[in-house]
Amino acid sequence: MAVSAFLTDATLCIGCKACEVACKEWNHVPADGFTFTGNSYDNTNALGASTWRHVMFLEQPSSLGAQITGTDDPFRWQFLSDVCKHCQKAGCLEACPTGAIIRTELETVYVQPDVCNGCGYCVVSCPFGVVDKNHEVGTAFKCTFCYDRQREGLMPACAKACPTQSIQFGEINDLRKRAHVRVQELHERGYSDAQIYDPQKTSVEGTHAMFVILGEPETYNFPPAPEVPTVHMKSAWTAAIISALAVVLVVCVSFAL
Amino acid sequence: MPGLGTTFGRGGATTALPDLMNADAILIMGSNMAENHPVGFQWVMEAKERGARIIHVDPRFSRTSAVSDIWAPLRAGSDIVFLGGLVNFVIENSKEFREYVVNYTNAPIIISEDFEDTDDLDGLFSGWDPERRSYNPQTWAYAHCGTFDSAEQEYVDGGHAKESGRLTVPDLTSCERDDTLQHPGCVYQILKRHFARYTPEMVETACGVPRKLFLKIAETFCSASGPEKTAAMCYALGWTQHSDGVQIIRTAAILQLLLGNIGRPGGGIMALRGHASIQGSTDIPTLYDILPGYLPMPKLGVNSKDLATYYSKHQDKTGLWWNIDKYMVSLLKAYYGESATKENDWGYGWLPRVTGDHSHQGYFLDMMDGKVEGLFVMGQNPAVAGPNSRFERKALSKLKWLVVRDLVELESASFWYDSPEIGRGELRTEEIGTEVFFLPAAGHAEKEGCFTNTQRLIQWHQKAVDPPGDARSEPWFVYHLGRRLKQRARDDSRPRNAGLNALTWDYSLEGKNHDPSVEEVLQEINGRFLPDCTLVSGYSDLKADGSTVCGCWIYSGIFPAPGQNRANDRKARDFYGHGWAFSWPSDRRVLYNRASARPDGQPWSERKKLVWWDDVQKKWTGLDVPDFTATKPPDYTPPKGAEGDAALAGNRPFILHPDGLGWIWAPVGLADGPLPTHYEPLESPVRNPLYGQQTNPAAMPEQRPGNQYANSPDDRFPYVMTTYRLTEHHTSGAMSRTLSHLAELQPDPFCEISRELAAERGIRNGDWVTITSMRGIIEARALVTSRIQSLDVCGKRVHQVGVPYHWGYRGLVKGDIANDLIAISEEPNVRISEKKVILCNLVAGRRARGKEALEQMEAQIWGPRTAGHSPVGSASEGKSWR
Repeated sequence: MAVSAFLTDATLCIGCKACEVACKEWNHVPADGFTFTGNSYDNTNALGASTWRHVMFLEQPSSLGAQITGTDDPFRWQFLSDVCKHCQKAGCLEACPTGAIIRTELETVYVQPDVCNGCGYCVVSCPFGVVDKNHEVGTAFKCTFCYDRQREGLMPACAKACPTQSIQFGEINDLRKRAHVRVQELHERGYSDAQIYDPQKTSVEGTHAMFVILGEPETYNFPPAPEVPTVHMKSAWTAAIISALAVVLVVCVSFAL
Repeated sequence: MPGLGTTFGRGGATTALPDLMNADAILIMGSNMAENHPVGFQWVMEAKERGARIIHVDPRFSRTSAVSDIWAPLRAGSDIVFLGGLVNFVIENSKEFREYVVNYTNAPIIISEDFEDTDDLDGLFSGWDPERRSYNPQTWAYAHCGTFDSAEQEYVDGGHAKESGRLTVPDLTSCERDDTLQHPGCVYQILKRHFARYTPEMVETACGVPRKLFLKIAETFCSASGPEKTAAMCYALGWTQHSDGVQIIRTAAILQLLLGNIGRPGGGIMALRGHASIQGSTDIPTLYDILPGYLPMPKLGVNSKDLATYYSKHQDKTGLWWNIDKYMVSLLKAYYGESATKENDWGYGWLPRVTGDHSHQGYFLDMMDGKVEGLFVMGQNPAVAGPNSRFERKALSKLKWLVVRDLVELESASFWYDSPEIGRGELRTEEIGTEVFFLPAAGHAEKEGCFTNTQRLIQWHQKAVDPPGDARSEPWFVYHLGRRLKQRARDDSRPRNAGLNALTWDYSLEGKNHDPSVEEVLQEINGRFLPDCTLVSGYSDLKADGSTVCGCWIYSGIFPAPGQNRANDRKARDFYGHGWAFSWPSDRRVLYNRASARPDGQPWSERKKLVWWDDVQKKWTGLDVPDFTATKPPDYTPPKGAEGDAALAGNRPFILHPDGLGWIWAPVGLADGPLPTHYEPLESPVRNPLYGQQTNPAAMPEQRPGNQYANSPDDRFPYVMTTYRLTEHHTSGAMSRTLSHLAELQPDPFCEISRELAAERGIRNGDWVTITSMRGIIEARALVTSRIQSLDVCGKRVHQVGVPYHWGYRGLVKGDIANDLIAISEEPNVRISEKKVILCNLVAGRRARGKEALEQMEAQIWGPRTAGHSPVGSASEGKSWR
């Protein structure tokens, strides 16, 4: 089967949140609490157990391409729909002790709710802070990439609902190509800070949810160089063994003296 | 609706949403399209991707502005100055599309010498009658026209003089004109003089838009117009909900005519309707003053005597309205069937007569005065969405009975026990005599029918599931209510029941709930031949001799044969969507598309071709269905004495107008002037910088206790407040505050204010604030943002406060009702309330609770008053205003 992926383009997003709502409706994701945040139009705050698509609203003191905003101070309002990155090398999957998190035939990362025992290792292992535990149910939840829909040949609910093609769904290599063309185009149109967010050079080895963003990844709360926690295993174990040996040596030496 | 109707002939968007992608520039003003029409906005994004410049002019930097190329902040209520400035810019810099203007608009027509402009009369046009507070449009007429001599008949004039004699009807197709546009009395020259004072400097002064920015917009928009290019405009309630709303739309329409952007691909004016099927509910109206297909409703004493009188008022000798008798008789045959005969004037006498102001506002004012006994509320929530909803909730308590049909028990059904008035002791449940019937309604997936959306597109929707429990569809409710009423009236021969007894009410019933067949209703709307009931193929089949029935002539052709429900067509053949649903009239997607070709019938340019004359086939052809008689050649000249469509030449694209021209000048049809002119809102922070006349003289502020106005300006209410909607909620919130997925996205009522105002009032982002007007008091959370700019207007700093109105006292998330602050006022043409601009005050902190909230409001109002001007006549100073 084709390897599916998302390409979410901040420059096409109009912040309508149709993706958030479509996701919740299709997947029966519960409410997230009725809390006014004062953070622009964002009242769902972040991805979590009950928010699998999250639209960010960023009010920034810089300009959007050649946009004129009626004042001398540059100003822009950016939207981006965030989602689980379905990493090529997924921290959550590697940390899961029960095998609840699996890689599907579509190469997406899927949490099997009936297998998950709620240990929460995946929560701390996700370099993007995506996976979250629902404390009422006691198990971990995140975007399923609409596995059920894809099995039936349908595109994920969020991509289907997006009116402006900000969320594109397709085969990963096609989308990667499309993203490069898009960024080129944006540069030509004066969006000089447009770039692709798809960390392929770190231990994550690329994601199945790529983004076209304006400005630095940190602006969107994206780690500039996300790492899978297991990459630290070799150095951590080596350090531990060296420390242990050193302790043994010190003990031996102290007795010898 | 009359803004577009008077200028072009039809009260509907002139273009289709997908056509926006052909535009070279799109001006979005009076609309927050990305937020309120996100699905349609995909075509704006597509246009942008194809290189179009997107311009957004709005008091707030909204989600639409965020993806636009240019955003200009505007003082709410100054739209005509801005658009008038664009008109002036076009004329001053000769940017008009001269050939289009000369051939397709009434710019060359000479106007009556008796006409006096607002320049001469300090803001009034000639013909103003201060006693009746209305205009006599006599001096606005075309000066020298040929005449038709019609048969001798009796006619009634304005409900006063009854005369008998020969009527001379001007022949508008033969009026004096000057194609060089130089004659000082021609429309073009009057227009030029009229808008001369709408300079970029004036735009800066009145709107707060920096001159440089205005010129940038003007240049961008105009340079995207001409034979090779087209520019479109989109508007919504940000233009309509003003005391001069119709004239705002008129200004835009004039501008688009000057630039030659009507009837051409990527041009036009996209009237974005407020919600599902709003276009449909003016086509087949829920309005009180028109019948289906924009036929005027009989008005007592004006046109109500008989059909002959009606025709004498509304039948144009030339143009499509020549056929009004065919449409009217077919409609009456649809209503009254066999009972409608030539002898009884086809039952015209049974139609109800307009006897006064029966608009939403008029109803509620009458209701407060105890003149209305009962009310059906279906698909509305006046307790939250009505203007001055505090007033309207109190008015509801004066009813004897109230029927509310909805999906949930909404505020309008529960006002008698949980409204703020109960909490504040203004109303007491035990003293309210209103008997409230709450009936559950079916949702749209639980019933069949069609929506007419914003681009005149009539789309069928199927029933997915049966409605639960006792919930029923609107057709079910109305049909069975009618059936029972008819049953009760059957044996009662009083004249008042004659119409009800004559009414045909014979739809077949379907399903377990006995729903009337909505397909049959649509067939009736389409029209049938009598007596064999075969379906007509379009409105040209209709007859005035009683041999056809048609429920709405403009929809005719939607169901041309059994089994051919074109609203249910689902195979689009092209990007205009031909083959997908049905766009009235006759599936024309771009109206007046004859104008997409030169007078000789060939496209203005290859790039912008749409419909053209095929000399081989001898007919109009192209990418859209021609909005023109298909076989009328471009060089057709009407023979002398021709009538109807045959009287219009082959180069007259606006076929509903008696002269076939686009009306830059509106000689008739509007209550507040032949040209638009700027008036300040009924409550304004400044005096009118253009004229001595402060507000629209014909607007009706409906000032009375409970609906008082602030002065203009007023130190007690220094800020401009504007209301609007968010993507996350639906109108009064009854359908969104009840769903967790939507409620959580915008849980609390909030207001958006500038950093400057926040600093002035000591407010931090997220704080609670209290907002008051002359009519109410509410609290909301503050969003302090750079997206709102304080503006320099007429030499003073003006702060604007943006308040979405989605919250009420029921649902998963609740909050104060923004519309409590709005005044009930009436624009003179359509009687819409000015919801987009009022004056308010804003202070940090939550409002008081219970009775003390009223005291807090009164303290605000009756604190030390400053000398000011009352904009709306006699303010009842010193009186208790409740």
